Amino acid sequence: MKYKDYYEILGVARDADTDAIKKAYRKLAHKYHPDVSKDPAGEERFKEIADAYQTLKDAEKRAAYDQLGRHQPGQEFQPPPDWGRQFGDTQFSFDDVDLADLFAGLAGGRRHAGQPGGSFKRPGQDYEVTAHITLDEASRGTTVELNLTVPEYDAQGRVHRVARSFKARIPKGATDGQRLRLRGKGGKGMGGGPDGDLYLNIALHPHALYRVSGHDLYLDLPLTPWEAALGAVVEVPTLGGSVHLKVPPGTHAGQKLRLARRGLPKPSAGEGDLYAIVQIVVPTVLSERERALFKELADGSTFNPRGHFEQEIRHEA
Amino acid sequence: MKLEQADAMWLDAQCECSIAELVRLSGLSEAELRELVDYGVLAPINPQETEWTFSGDIVLTVRAAGRLRDDLELDAHTLALTLTLIKRIRELEAQIGNLRAQLPRRSA
Repeated sequence: MKYKDYYEILGVARDADTDAIKKAYRKLAHKYHPDVSKDPAGEERFKEIADAYQTLKDAEKRAAYDQLGRHQPGQEFQPPPDWGRQFGDTQFSFDDVDLADLFAGLAGGRRHAGQPGGSFKRPGQDYEVTAHITLDEASRGTTVELNLTVPEYDAQGRVHRVARSFKARIPKGATDGQRLRLRGKGGKGMGGGPDGDLYLNIALHPHALYRVSGHDLYLDLPLTPWEAALGAVVEVPTLGGSVHLKVPPGTHAGQKLRLARRGLPKPSAGEGDLYAIVQIVVPTVLSERERALFKELADGSTFNPRGHFEQEIRHEA
Repeated sequence: MKLEQADAMWLDAQCECSIAELVRLSGLSEAELRELVDYGVLAPINPQETEWTFSGDIVLTVRAAGRLRDDLELDAHTLALTLTLIKRIRELEAQIGNLRAQLPRRSA
């Protein structure tokens, strides 16, 4: 069993009173609670903080913890010989157990064992995991394999970390941040308690071309100045294959051209849209002929895109 | 290792949840859920009826409510305020995400 220094985790002295422990816990919980914090490491950190608090706030659990002695965090150790008899159950093996799981099983300083076949009912734990999928997988639907290490109770009420693997089918219609529930695929219930659920948080890998907003997609559409001015038909890639998009004459930069129902499919029915955002791109190197043509256009055109500046400039003068 | 296959259901407005189901999913009591409705944090689809049902997209809100109540020892009023502020943050984050999607990736 690996040692964890619960006092160090909460940042309190070993003789801190209950109020100081509670205050330290609350301060850290405000910072790291996964429903509040954006820190990617917050969830793991909060689990440590919560485990420490659950043990140190309870006088009997704290006494049991203190009697484990002081060790280096992460160091393998064995509790004193009489510790199991005093606080836990005598046959308990400390080899493959997590310190937090050990203390979670102690109630009032005594291990509360399950009663096989008895009336002790405990629902299975819910699990929440993030499934990373590509835009194409979201569009077609996919199956992901999930590997989790989760706490499970045995018939005696002891907690063990077990590896579980699932194949979860994600139907088409997923988008970034969307949630799925897999009923009964969480931890096993005990004594007739229902199994927990598995919650999947969908995270889309960034795509080289498309940006996602709900079920709509956004794509940059580079156009030449003459395509924008004169109008054109251009080939645009979509998830379902390329399409021809008609660019109307007089199209300007930043304008959004909508390709209806070319976005991601929605879970129930229909699809989002694909928006092509116009960018007007000028050649950085001009041939002689191009330079001459641009010069001719500049000399012959009366178009002034800065007309609205003139009143302001006259006013300043 | 046994590999289990599982089908998934979307947690969105298309699926509905009874209040009893929300109690089971969140660990909150029915009285606490009704208090969150009174504070305007949750809205049943059928407020006129005695057996309330809710849109499936609030499942995660009530699960967060259960965790926050347990982990931060919040009372109903503080919990309602916290959930309201979290909801506003989520909405603003979604708006930022939508606006970011519309920004060109490469400069023209």
